[in-house]
Amino acid sequence: MIAVVDYKAGNLTSVMKALLAVGADPELTQDPAAVLRACKIILPGVGHFAATRFLEERGLKAAIQEGIAAGVPFLGICVGLQWLFAGSTEAPDCPGLGAFPEICDRFAPGKKIPHVGWNSLSIHPESRLLRGIDEGSFVYFTHSYRAPIANVTVAVTEYGEPFTAAIERANVMGVQFHPEKSGSAGLRLLRNFVRMPC
Amino acid sequence: MLTKRIVACLDVSAGRVVKGVQFVDLVDAGDPAELAARHAAAGADEIVFLDITATHEGRGTLIETVKRAAQQLFVPFTVGGGIRTADDAAAVFEAGADKISINSAALAHPELIGAIGSSFGAQAVIVAIDARRTAGASIDQAEVFIAGGRTPAGRRAVEWAREAEDRGAGEILLTSMDADGTRAGFDCELTAAVSEAVRIPVIASGGAGDAHHFTRVFREGKADAALAAGIFHFGIASVRALKEELQRDGIPVRLPC
Repeated sequence: MIAVVDYKAGNLTSVMKALLAVGADPELTQDPAAVLRACKIILPGVGHFAATRFLEERGLKAAIQEGIAAGVPFLGICVGLQWLFAGSTEAPDCPGLGAFPEICDRFAPGKKIPHVGWNSLSIHPESRLLRGIDEGSFVYFTHSYRAPIANVTVAVTEYGEPFTAAIERANVMGVQFHPEKSGSAGLRLLRNFVRMPC
Repeated sequence: MLTKRIVACLDVSAGRVVKGVQFVDLVDAGDPAELAARHAAAGADEIVFLDITATHEGRGTLIETVKRAAQQLFVPFTVGGGIRTADDAAAVFEAGADKISINSAALAHPELIGAIGSSFGAQAVIVAIDARRTAGASIDQAEVFIAGGRTPAGRRAVEWAREAEDRGAGEILLTSMDADGTRAGFDCELTAAVSEAVRIPVIASGGAGDAHHFTRVFREGKADAALAAGIFHFGIASVRALKEELQRDGIPVRLPC
């Protein structure tokens, strides 16, 4: 079972549909016990970083931490990726998971914000998550904050500046774009994740 | 590179896709779910579903039709028409929308923009503006209409777009009522005026006829996305053929798609 963590942030229906379309058995949950039982964990999300406070309050953060430590594959989407970092200037009083030390920040002024639309990926060839997705493929983004380039970055996108489109370190993965809304490239990514050994 | 988006719009009335000229004279164009899937397969970057008679008839959005259309759609899906409260919006998201579009209700209750944004994120809230220009008047005088173009709202389009941004809208969907359905080209002047007045993306709508119109609205109109309905439904221009032409014109588009 893949636990899709419901923390009242975003287009959960779309994420569930896309997972079903690639043959997964997703379960939408707010229950830490279900997260602990899961063989994979997905943290979706669009919206404000402060929404992740719910994870702490409901004991979900601890359950996710335990799962990650046990080697359970984890995929964060959009805010779910940003939450893996130490925090975001969008909600300075709300710490992230801290798996990676960087801080997420708003795009520099000069471009239209939010960054909305289909933008291209520059992909690290060894990424397992992005396997089979062509260099330069377009995926759908919608966000105002972004993670900086880090040593865990496996895909980079350019919007006024280069930023992290995907990260991957062992069982911890995240994407800034929305694979559930990125056509065949997005479904391929979800299939890659779903087929990873538990 | 961020590409310019081509948005296929389904104007839905009584569960069927319809197409009108300058908001009247509706003809049947097919089943919403079927058309949504067909446009996505043909390369549309986004699908917009507008229940065009919901506000006018005082009823909610067609949730079941939305659900059906969203079922096999893996590109962004926006739903508008008849969303009057944050609860209405929640029901539409639950049915599978990624974004909602509000028009009449945003003008009546501007605080609704922020209320929906606080639950679902600002990027999920599109404020739709239907505008009409009076001959000889300046662009800044373009007037906003509500209830599917039936009633003047007593607001100016450019000034209302700015307020919508301040209140937390994620995008503006700007429809020129003068150009709508004419296939004579987008209102580039009006689009540019709104696009330059705000810092959020602007989707141009109304008047699409050929690829050249799209090139112009991206260049001169400074649009981030352009929407069309009739030309796609009736197979006059497939989205993919349109994008290939735009690429030849030097407009960045998502290809292959």
